[in-house]
Amino acid sequence: MKTNKLSWMIAFVLLALMFAGLYVLEQTLPPTTMLFTILKKSVIYALIAVSMNLLNGFTGLFSLGQAGFMVVGAYTFAILTIPVQHRAMVYQYYDGGIVQFALPAALGILAAGAVAAVFAFLVGLPVLRLKSDYLAIATLGFAEIIRAFIQYEGLGPLTNGSNLLRRFPTFTGIIPPFAIVAFCIFIIVMLIHSTYGRALKAIRDDETAAEAMGINLFFHKQLSFVISSFFAGVAGALLAMYQGSIQAASFKSSMTYEILLIVVIGGMGSISGSILASFLFIASSEWWLRFLDNELFIGTFKVPLLRSGFRVVVFSVIIMAVVLFYRRGIMGDREFNLRFLTRGRSKAKERKNG
Amino acid sequence: MEWLERFFPYILAGLSVGGQYALIAIGYTMVYGILRLINFAHGDIFTVAGFIMVYMSATMPLYISIPLTIILTVLLGFTVERVAYKPLREAPRMSIMISAIGMSYLLQNLMWYVTGGLAKQYPVIPFISDSIVVWVTTTKIVTLVTPVLTIVLVILLQQLIHHTKLGMAMRAVSRDFETAKLMGIQINSVISATFIIGSFLAAVGSLLYFSNYPTVTPTVGAMPGLKAFVAAVFGGIGSIPGAVIGALIIGVSENLIKALGYSTFSDAFTFALLIFILLAKPTGLFGEKIIDKV
Amino acid sequence: MAEKMLELQDITMQFGGVVAVNNLSMHIDQGEIVALIGPNGAGKTTAFNCVTGMYRPTNGQVKFEGKVIVANYPQGKMKSMYAGENKGKYKHEVAPTPDKITRMGIARTFQNIRLFKTQTAFENVLIATHLHRTSNPFTATFRLNYKEERQMRELALSMLEMVGLQDSKDELATSLPYGKQRRLEIARALATKPKLLLLDEPAAGMNPQETHELGQFIVDIKNRFNLTVFLIEHHMDLVMDISERIYVIDFGKLIATGSPDEIRENQDVISAYLGVDEE
Repeated sequence: MKTNKLSWMIAFVLLALMFAGLYVLEQTLPPTTMLFTILKKSVIYALIAVSMNLLNGFTGLFSLGQAGFMVVGAYTFAILTIPVQHRAMVYQYYDGGIVQFALPAALGILAAGAVAAVFAFLVGLPVLRLKSDYLAIATLGFAEIIRAFIQYEGLGPLTNGSNLLRRFPTFTGIIPPFAIVAFCIFIIVMLIHSTYGRALKAIRDDETAAEAMGINLFFHKQLSFVISSFFAGVAGALLAMYQGSIQAASFKSSMTYEILLIVVIGGMGSISGSILASFLFIASSEWWLRFLDNELFIGTFKVPLLRSGFRVVVFSVIIMAVVLFYRRGIMGDREFNLRFLTRGRSKAKERKNG
Repeated sequence: MEWLERFFPYILAGLSVGGQYALIAIGYTMVYGILRLINFAHGDIFTVAGFIMVYMSATMPLYISIPLTIILTVLLGFTVERVAYKPLREAPRMSIMISAIGMSYLLQNLMWYVTGGLAKQYPVIPFISDSIVVWVTTTKIVTLVTPVLTIVLVILLQQLIHHTKLGMAMRAVSRDFETAKLMGIQINSVISATFIIGSFLAAVGSLLYFSNYPTVTPTVGAMPGLKAFVAAVFGGIGSIPGAVIGALIIGVSENLIKALGYSTFSDAFTFALLIFILLAKPTGLFGEKIIDKV
Repeated sequence: MAEKMLELQDITMQFGGVVAVNNLSMHIDQGEIVALIGPNGAGKTTAFNCVTGMYRPTNGQVKFEGKVIVANYPQGKMKSMYAGENKGKYKHEVAPTPDKITRMGIARTFQNIRLFKTQTAFENVLIATHLHRTSNPFTATFRLNYKEERQMRELALSMLEMVGLQDSKDELATSLPYGKQRRLEIARALATKPKLLLLDEPAAGMNPQETHELGQFIVDIKNRFNLTVFLIEHHMDLVMDISERIYVIDFGKLIATGSPDEIRENQDVISAYLGVDEE
C-alpha cells in the first residue's frame, strides 16, 4: 500500500514537471513551431488510443466504432460552440442553422462526451450481445451509419450537411489540451484500477468464468462501451479544436484502423503503451519520416523511391512488422511505473545475496 | 407498368452491381468458413486488381492484360495469406484480425504511393463496355453480362466444392480445423487454394465493376469490399449461395434507395441491414448454428 | 427433516435430437454433501449447467431455497422435436443469466480450470468479491468506496489463507501448479459468499494422496462456512468418503440414489460402470 502511495506521488510530481516544461517551451519558442503542432495532435491521439484500449485491451471487446463516436463528439462540440455571429456564414446554405446560441468551450467538450456516451448506450443495446468479429463489423457499420446521417441534407440546419463546420473556439496554447487529456486519462486509470476495472479484465480473460463469479456481462460491457465512447467524444471535440474545422467525411473507418494500430503498437492492455505509441506514431508520421516524402538529390543522383506517399508505405510496413513479429507491442500489458526500477534493483540485490 | 418502367433501370443496375458484390463476397465467405477470419484486406485486393488492369492495359493488348491481371491478383492474394496470416495460425483470433486490418492499411497506402493519389483512367474493354438498349433504358453490356457470369462461376465453384478432392478437403477444414489437420489434410494448401479462388473471383469482379466507372482511386474499393462482407454475413457466413443471394439483395436495395432519392443512405442502409440480420438471426439466412461448449 | 436447499424437478435437456439429461429429479438438503456420479458422457456437467444458468433446460424447473430459479418448457422448434417426458407440466419460463444465480448464493468451479489468466492469485479471488459491491462506477473510480475496497481485499486475502495460498498471492494464477490452481478456484468461488457450492470434478488429475486431502478440505470448508456442497466426481474414493448421499445417472437418466454403502451394492450402478454382459 505504501509503495502505491509513493508511486502516485511520483506520478504527480512527474506530471507537474511535464506541465512546467510545457510552460517553459511555450514561453521560449515561437507558437508556430512544428513541435507544438505535433505535441497537441499526439496528446489528443493519446486520449483516443487510451479510450479504445479500455474497450479492446481491457474489456476484450473488439470494437471498431471509435471514429463514429469521435465524429459525434466533434460535431456536438462544433454545433454548440460556434459563436452566434458567425453562424450565418458557416451555415450559409441553411440560413444560419437552427441552433442560435453558443456554449462556452468547456461545456461544449463535456456535451461532446455526453452525447457520444448516449449514442454508445443506444448502439450498445443491440450490438454488445454479438460475439467478436460480428461485434467488430457491427460497430464499424454503426460508425458508417452515423457518418451518413450527419452528411444527410435533411439534417443540414443542424449539421451543415456535408459542408465544413468552422469558426468554433480553438486552443489558445498547448497547456489546455494537455490538461484535459491528462485529467481524462487519470479518470480512466482510476476506473481500471477500481473494482469495476477488475471486473472488466475478468471479462476479457474469461467471459464464462466472469459470469460464474456473479459479474453481469452485459452491464459491464455496456459500462466499458459508454465510458470509452464518452472519452472518444471528448477526444473528437479536442480534435475539432486542434484542426479548426471539421467535416464528417474525414472520420472514416481508416481513422479507426489507425487508432487500433496505435493501440496494438503500444500494447493491448497498457495505458502507458498507448500514450507512448501515440506520440511515436504522430511524431514519426508528421515529422521524423517526412523526409521520405520529398525527392532527394545527392549531387545529381536522385535517391530512388522517395516521393510523396512513400512515408506512409514505410510506416505501414513497420506496423505490419510489429503486428507480425512483435505482437505484444512496446509494453505488452504492463505499465510503465516505478516498479520497473525497484524490481531491477531488488533482482540485483538477490543476485548479490544468492 | 409505369412504376416498373421507372424502377427497371435501377433494378437492372442493382442486379449487376449485386453480382459484382457476390464475386467479392464469395472470397470473404470462403475465407471466413475456413479460417474464421474477416479478411479486411480482401476489398483492397479487389481495388489493386483495378489498378493492375490500368497499368497492364496501358502497355499491353487486352487479350494479354486481362489474364495477366487475374494472375497477378491471384498471386497477390496468395502472398498476403502467406505473409500476413500464416505466421499467426496459432495466435489469438484478435491478432490475425489486426493483421488483416494492417494489411488493408498497407495495401491502401501502397496504392496511394504508386498512383500518387490520383484517379486513374480505367481502360475501355470493347464489347462489354458497349451500350445496349434494354426495354426502356440504355445500359452497358456489362450490366447484363455480370449476373450471368456470376451465376456460371458460382455453379462451377459449387461443382468444385462438392465434387473434387480439394473441395472435400475445404469442407472438412471448415467443419473442424483441428480434426482435419489430424486426418492428414494439408491445411496450408487448402487455405492457399481458398485465397487463390477468392482472389480470382475478386479479380473478375473488379474487371466487371470498374468497367462501369471511368476511373479507379485507391479508396474506392473499401465500400464495395465492406458491402460484400455484409452480403456474406447476411447470407450466412460460410455459405456460398447465401453470399450470392445476400449480394443481390443488397445490390438491388441500394439502387432502389437511390431511385427514391436517398443516395446518402444507400451505404448506411447496407449496415442497417447487417445490424438487423445480426440481431434477428445472427447466423444469417443460410448459416449454421455453432454452440459454445463449456 | 432438514430443509431442501436445491431441488431439480423433471429436468430435461435436449440438444437438437439428443436428450442429454432426461427427466432428472433430485434434491440436496441444507448442510449436506451430495454427489452426482455417472460414466463419461452421462450428462452430469449438463445437469450442472442447467442449475448454474449456463444452459437453459428444455423442460423442468430448479428450486433454490424453495423459490423457482430456473424453469422452462419446450418452445419453438422444440415443441415438435421434444423427446422427453412431462411435456405440458411446466408452463412458464424463468431464465436468469449465470451471474444472477451466483448472486443468489450458488457458486461453482469448473471441470477444466478457468482462472483469469492475466491476473494474480490474489486478483482472481478479489474479482469474485465484486458481486457484493455497494459502490457504483463513479464512487469506485474516485475511491469513495475505500472502506468497502479494504474489506474486499481483506476477504480475498483471508480466502487465500484458508486454502493455504497466501505465499503465492502475487503469482500469476496460471503459473501455479495444478493442485494449487484447483484450490484457488475453490477460494475464488467461496469469495462470492455462497450458500451452495457446486464442484465440477474437483479431484480431476489428482493422485490418491491429493484426493484424500481434498476430501478433508471440502468437509472442512463445508463446516466452517456452513455450506451445502454438490459435486460431480469420477474418483469413487472421494465420493464414497465424503458424500452423504449419491445420485447416479447414465445416459441422462437417474438410475440409482442412496447412501454410499447402498450405491456400492447397487447392481444397476455396477453394470452401468462395468457394462452388462449380453446374455
